[in-house]
Amino acid sequence: MMNTRNEPLIPKIGVITDIRIDTPDVKTFRVVTPDGQKAFEHMPGQCAMLSIPGVGEAMFSITSSPTNTEFMEFSIKKCGCVTEWLHQAEVGQQVTIRGPYGNGFPVDTAFKGQNMLFIAGGIGLAPLRSVINYVRHYRDRYGKIDIVYGSRSMNDLVDYKEIIDEWCNDDGINVHLTIDREQEGWDGHVGFVPNYVKELGFDTDKTAILCGPPIMIKFTLDGLASLGFDKTQVYTTMELRMKCGIGKCGRCNIGSKYVCKDGPVFRMDALSELPDEY
Amino acid sequence: MRKCSISALDAVFAKIAESMTLYIPADDKNGAAYKKWESGMQLADTLNTVRSPKDFFFPQIENLMEFKTSGKTIEVIDTREAKEDFVVFGVRACDVKSFEVLDRVFLSEPVDSYYAERRAHGVIVSMACSRPAETCFCQTFGIDAAAPAGDISCWKDSENVYFEAQTEKGSALLNVIADLTEECGTEKVEEQQAKTREIMKKLPLADLTTEAFEGGDKTMEFFNIPEWKELSESCIGCGTCTFVCPTCQCYDIKDFNTGNGVVRFRCWDSCMYSDFTRMAHGNSRNSQVERFRQRFMHKLVYYPANNDGMFSCVGCGRCLSKCPISMNIVKVMKTIGGKK
Repeated sequence: MMNTRNEPLIPKIGVITDIRIDTPDVKTFRVVTPDGQKAFEHMPGQCAMLSIPGVGEAMFSITSSPTNTEFMEFSIKKCGCVTEWLHQAEVGQQVTIRGPYGNGFPVDTAFKGQNMLFIAGGIGLAPLRSVINYVRHYRDRYGKIDIVYGSRSMNDLVDYKEIIDEWCNDDGINVHLTIDREQEGWDGHVGFVPNYVKELGFDTDKTAILCGPPIMIKFTLDGLASLGFDKTQVYTTMELRMKCGIGKCGRCNIGSKYVCKDGPVFRMDALSELPDEY
Repeated sequence: MRKCSISALDAVFAKIAESMTLYIPADDKNGAAYKKWESGMQLADTLNTVRSPKDFFFPQIENLMEFKTSGKTIEVIDTREAKEDFVVFGVRACDVKSFEVLDRVFLSEPVDSYYAERRAHGVIVSMACSRPAETCFCQTFGIDAAAPAGDISCWKDSENVYFEAQTEKGSALLNVIADLTEECGTEKVEEQQAKTREIMKKLPLADLTTEAFEGGDKTMEFFNIPEWKELSESCIGCGTCTFVCPTCQCYDIKDFNTGNGVVRFRCWDSCMYSDFTRMAHGNSRNSQVERFRQRFMHKLVYYPANNDGMFSCVGCGRCLSKCPISMNIVKVMKTIGGKK
C-alpha cells in the first residue's frame, strides 16, 4: 500500500519548450507541464525548485510574471553543476519542478498606488522582471516607474530585447541602462549601478526594489540612504543555499528567518534587524 | 497503573512482537543501541543509547523517490510505502521530548510525509530514569526524568516494571499485554520518583539555566559577541555533536545514479560542515566560528524564536560525552549566558 499523504518534496515534470540565449552566460528557459500547462500559479518574487535527476536540484526565481497564463520562465546564469547542465540542454528536455516557494513581493498590498523604482545588476534582473511585468500588466494600480539596470557590458544585459522593445516604449516608465565600462556600439550611460542611482538623484516618493550582487546591493543601499530613502521604502530579494525549500533542511536561515519560507523578499528594515550573515 | 515482574518482561516483549515490530535498547560492544527485539534479547543496563532514537522517525539515510530517464523524458516514481505499527521501548524522558522538538519542524505545514507516516505508526514506551548521569541536564529544559512522557510511561525497580498509558495508542498497547500485567498502586513508583528527583538536584549540572535565552528573540544580543571565537577555536568541525544529537534535524537531499535510474535520497547533514551553505558564488558561513555559532544559536535562540520559546536541546548529554575536543552546549550556555 502507498503512503497517500501529500509530499512537498516530490516534484512535477516540466518540459523546456523554448531556450533564449540572453548573454554569454545567461539563458532563459520556458517551462510548461507535459500537457502544456503552467506547473503552478505563483506571485512575483516567488521561486521554484528545478532539478535534473542525477545532477541535482536547485532554487531559481521565476522570472516570468504570473500574468503570463501560458508558461513560466527562468533566467539562469551558468555557474554551478545544475546550471551548467541546463545550459547544454535542448528544447524538449524534461526537468522536474516544484513550488512555488517563498513570500514574493507585496505587489497587491504595500506596492499598490506607489511609484516604483527597480534597481538591478546583472542576473539580478531575473526576479525583478516578474514584478516589472506584473506592474506593467496592472499599470493603473501603480504610479510612475523607474528602472535602473546595469551589467558588466552591453552583452551581459539580460532581457535586452524586451527592455528595448517593450519597457522603453511604455508610457510612464523610464528605463536607465548602464554598463560598467566603455564599449564600442554603446552610447548609453557608463558606470556602476550604485553611482548611477545617486547621479539620477531620485525623489523619495517611491518604493525601491533591489536585486543584484551583494556588493551592488550594499553600495546602492548607501546611495539610497544618502538620497533620503528610509529602510521601510526599500525591498530586496535574497538567495542562500537551499535543499528543501520549505524551511526544514536547516541551511538557508539568516538568524531565525528562513530565506526559502520567510523570504526571499525582505524589506530592508526587517533585514537590517537580522544578523549580517548572507 | 499496571505492573509485571522483571522476569515476565521477556513474555511482555514476546507478546508485543507478535503483532508489531519491537525495538529495545540492548547492550552492544560500542554501548547500548536500539535493536529489533528477538527472543532472549535483554534490556540494556546502561542509562541511554549511544545514538538517539531519532532514526526511527528521521533515519540517517532514506530514499525519497526514484526517477527513470529516457532520452529527454523523466518519470517520477513515488516509492513511498505505508509503514506498519512499531514499538520503541525504553525511551528516556529527554529523548521523548526530542520528538516534540522534531515534530515542530517536520509536522508543521507543509508536512513532511515521510516523517509523519513513521510518527503515526510509532508507539513510544518511555522509561523513567533512576540513575541519571553526571552529563544529564534535562531538568534545565523542564523535563522530569522521573516522569517521562510517551504513549506509555514506564518505571523499573529491582522487582517490577510499571506501566501507565498516556495516550490512546498507549492504552491500546497496554490492552495487548493485559494478560501479562496486573493492576497496581502507584506507591512504589512515587517512591522511586522521589529518590530520582533527589539525585537530580545534586547533579553537577543541576544549576544550569536557560534564563539568559528567555524572554523574546535574543538574536542580536548574542550574535556578535566575541566569545564565539574562543569557544569555537578548537572545533574540528567533525559533526559528531549533530549526529548524536536527538534534536539536530538538518538534512541534505542528493541523487544517486544506480545505473538503472536515479534514487533521490535524504541524509543527515551538519551545519558544522563547510559545504553546508556553500553555493556557486560563495559561502554565507565561511569559517568554523560562523558554523559553530549557527549550531548553538539555532538551539538556544533561533529555534525558540520560531517555536514559542521551546529550546532545541533536551539535555541528554550525548554531546558532552562524545565531542572529541570536549566542547558542548553546556560550556556555551555558561559562557555566553554569563552563569558560572
